[in-house]
Amino acid sequence: MSLLSVKNLHAKIAGQQVVEDVSFEVPESGVTAVLGRNGVGKSSTLKALLGLIERSGEVSFDGKPIQNLPTHKIIRLGIGYVPEDREIFAGLTVAENLRLAERDSKPNREMVEELFPDIYSRLSQRAGTLSGGQQQMVSLARALLNTNRLLIVDEPTKGLAPKIVTQVSEVLKKAAETVPILLVEQNLKVVKQLAGPCIVLEGGQVVHTGDSNELLDSEELTMKFLGVHGGGKETGVS
Amino acid sequence: MERILSFIKRPSTLVSIGLIAVMALLPVLNISIPGILPGPTWSPGSLQLLALAMLIGSMALSYHLLLGVAGLLSFGHALYLAMGSYGLGILLRETNLQLLPAMVIVFAIALLAAFLLGFVSLQVTGIAFAMVTLAFAQAGSVLIRRNSQFTNGEEGLPLNIANVPDFLVGVFNTRNLYWVALIVMVLCFLAAAWVERSRAGHVVAAIRENELRVRVLGIKPLQPKLIAVTAAGVMAAVVGMVYLVLQSGTSPENISADLTLTILVIIVLGGVGSRWGAMIGGMVYVLLEQRLTAFARSPEIKELPEFLAIPLSEPLFILGTIFILVVLFLPGGFAGLGRRIVSGRKAKLKELS
Amino acid sequence: METLILLLVTGLGLGALYFLIASGLSLIYGLMGVLNFAHGSFLTFGGFAGMEIARRIGAETWPQFILAIIVGGAAGALFASLTELLLIRPLYLRHIEQALITVGLSLASVALMEGIWGADPIYVSGPAILSEVTEIAGARIPNDRFLLIFGAVAILVGMLAFLRYTRFGLIIRAGVENRSMVTALGIDVRTAFTLVFAIGGLAAGIGGVLASQYFGYVSPHIGGTLLIFAFIVTIIGGLGSLVGAAIAAAIVGVLQQLANFYLGGTGDLIVVILLAAVLLLRPTGLLGKRAH
Ligand SMILES: Nc1ncnc2c1ncn2[C@@H]1O[C@H](COP(=O)(O)OP(=O)(O)OP(=O)(O)O)[C@@H](O)[C@H]1O
Ligand SMILES: [Mg+2]
Repeated sequence: MSLLSVKNLHAKIAGQQVVEDVSFEVPESGVTAVLGRNGVGKSSTLKALLGLIERSGEVSFDGKPIQNLPTHKIIRLGIGYVPEDREIFAGLTVAENLRLAERDSKPNREMVEELFPDIYSRLSQRAGTLSGGQQQMVSLARALLNTNRLLIVDEPTKGLAPKIVTQVSEVLKKAAETVPILLVEQNLKVVKQLAGPCIVLEGGQVVHTGDSNELLDSEELTMKFLGVHGGGKETGVS
Repeated sequence: MERILSFIKRPSTLVSIGLIAVMALLPVLNISIPGILPGPTWSPGSLQLLALAMLIGSMALSYHLLLGVAGLLSFGHALYLAMGSYGLGILLRETNLQLLPAMVIVFAIALLAAFLLGFVSLQVTGIAFAMVTLAFAQAGSVLIRRNSQFTNGEEGLPLNIANVPDFLVGVFNTRNLYWVALIVMVLCFLAAAWVERSRAGHVVAAIRENELRVRVLGIKPLQPKLIAVTAAGVMAAVVGMVYLVLQSGTSPENISADLTLTILVIIVLGGVGSRWGAMIGGMVYVLLEQRLTAFARSPEIKELPEFLAIPLSEPLFILGTIFILVVLFLPGGFAGLGRRIVSGRKAKLKELS
Repeated sequence: METLILLLVTGLGLGALYFLIASGLSLIYGLMGVLNFAHGSFLTFGGFAGMEIARRIGAETWPQFILAIIVGGAAGALFASLTELLLIRPLYLRHIEQALITVGLSLASVALMEGIWGADPIYVSGPAILSEVTEIAGARIPNDRFLLIFGAVAILVGMLAFLRYTRFGLIIRAGVENRSMVTALGIDVRTAFTLVFAIGGLAAGIGGVLASQYFGYVSPHIGGTLLIFAFIVTIIGGLGSLVGAAIAAAIVGVLQQLANFYLGGTGDLIVVILLAAVLLLRPTGLLGKRAH
């Protein structure tokens, strides 16, 4: 049985259909990747299933229908969300950002501090003044502070230096040992390292489902779906 | 030419022309609608009331361009009505200009003022726009109240009839004023339709739906919005000028926020986005307003227990409550309700056949 | 010199009243994007509630007067919370409709208060010391001005402390920045909505009791008159910024008094010109962050 199941999901942003009839499953463990070119509706799909944008269709989490729940209730079922572009609260301090994110009565502060020592040395700094990489750490930390049953992570390596990409990738790998992850990622090397099953979107629809490695190993499929040559070979990650 | 012909042949156009003809004939007919009109349709009292109703209908049409077409919530539209009525009133009192040239001058001033104030207030959008327009109207109201050597202050400015043509003066000529008001309303309706169908009208409608998408297309939203705001302001000023002549004067109430709110109420009750809803809503409002006051003052209400009698004897309480209920439960106003009933009936007919 | 000092203090007192409305308007707008046209009614209702207390038990001693202030504030907060729960919430995110419904509410509530308490001013008095004057550098300044300023400063400090040191305050600050991300952290942001309405209503309700001391009476229309200037203050200060609203309220109040005295009663006009200038030069207002 799968943990998250999405059936015939549709979503609109400002009156425009951005997700059209998307269906897929996320298994109980491992990393499931959502792939596709820019603007095909990956982020919108995640937002739709979290209720952040107007949507219709069936979404069930652990067998429970959630398509009519408001966002905060969906999250409280045990979902950690790391949005695209970090969306940290720039005007609040790092400490306030983290404090706001604590939903559990016993948040995993020690574990997170171990993972991101850098941001814990900057607790009273305004989050808006952090570097892009540090902001991404805050965003990840916000999700990892709670004990989740599913992590939804949207392009966590976007615009980061290779070294930080590796660090983020390792954090996710470690997290994936205990919690399933639904991951949108453009860096194919990272996908290759982490992902099991994958879903490819195009024009707001699912055009392919299968195994990430199979997809990335096939020159033909990557060219067709992602418009690049075979995975990992040119996107250098140290 | 062909386009004009096909326009004239459209059934809705024919219905409109028929309606206008009936309206135009009312002053020579003898119809009594007790409870709504104070006398038969030819009587000056009834004609005066009907003319006022049409002016408020025109005012609602001008506001329709703001809220219905451009999605701009203005709390200061009354400013332009006052600009028309006070502008014309002051010119006729202080100068020797005849009515028509004076009207042309006021028209030009209103055009310029609407453009400039529109430019400033459109620096902000949405809710802030509403606050800014309110502030401008407030400033206008202060100017009118303070400069009583020109405006006669709180007492209101009477019309100086010296340079007004005879056929527009006096109780026996009310029917002429009635026809003028009818012409103004028809013109306002056509002007509103024209702006709505123009390129600027389409663009502002698109902006109302999704400003981001329009910006992405490289279109600057300011210019088409400014066109809509200016057109609405000028229309209101024209209404104001006719109002001055019809009512033989004007008063500071005509620039108060209450007047703008009344127009807003009319638009929402009529159905935001509906030209017919705005126009008919404006007319019906004027005719019903006095009914509402009469209802609130009626002895039946006075005899109710206090907790009912107090609220029900306040016309504005009833109006405000109806307004709230319409916003909550009847999006699209009465025009939307009408449309739904008609389309529901059509659907049923289809089912049957 | 004496006149100038009197004008300055009076201007600040008036600014204090503007702030008591503008602070709520600004917070509500900042968090929810709602223009609350009924906010003046919260003030008026608070004023009447305080008047009722004064009429029943008197307001000549400080405990009585403070009770009147508390009841006025509570009345404003209650009215405001109900407004949010019953009228604003069903129209979630539909900003124009939300603004419209507050227009309807302001019409209906002013009419209702007129029905209950009559359209004419009802005169009120407070502790005797408020109608006395204090001399500062030769200027004889009515003491109620100091009460207004003290009240507004206390509310400002209280609100800032609430925003800074409580979890709800944290949620409100975060929500002003990015409301949907707050929900995406599993927080029910609607509780914060009711709360900002309650806080705004509290400040306005207290403002109502203080305003009735300043004017010497309550009437159904005092809120509406102050509301217009509070709107101006909100925009000049920058929508969503409390400190901005406080600074703008002081500037507007003082400028209005000075212009009324030295420039032949042009106070209101100068304020609107200031608004136009701010809009053209800095559309986000003094401390506003976003363009609106
Ligand atoms: N706020 C918005 N207003 C209008 N259109 C939007 C908005 N947000 C997204 N879209 C549109 O929706 C479509 C899908 O966007 P989405 O962000 O889901 O793409 P994506 O697959 O995540 O792309 P990327 O890889 O670049 O992040 C795009 O065409 C985008 O332009
Ligand atoms: Mg994306």
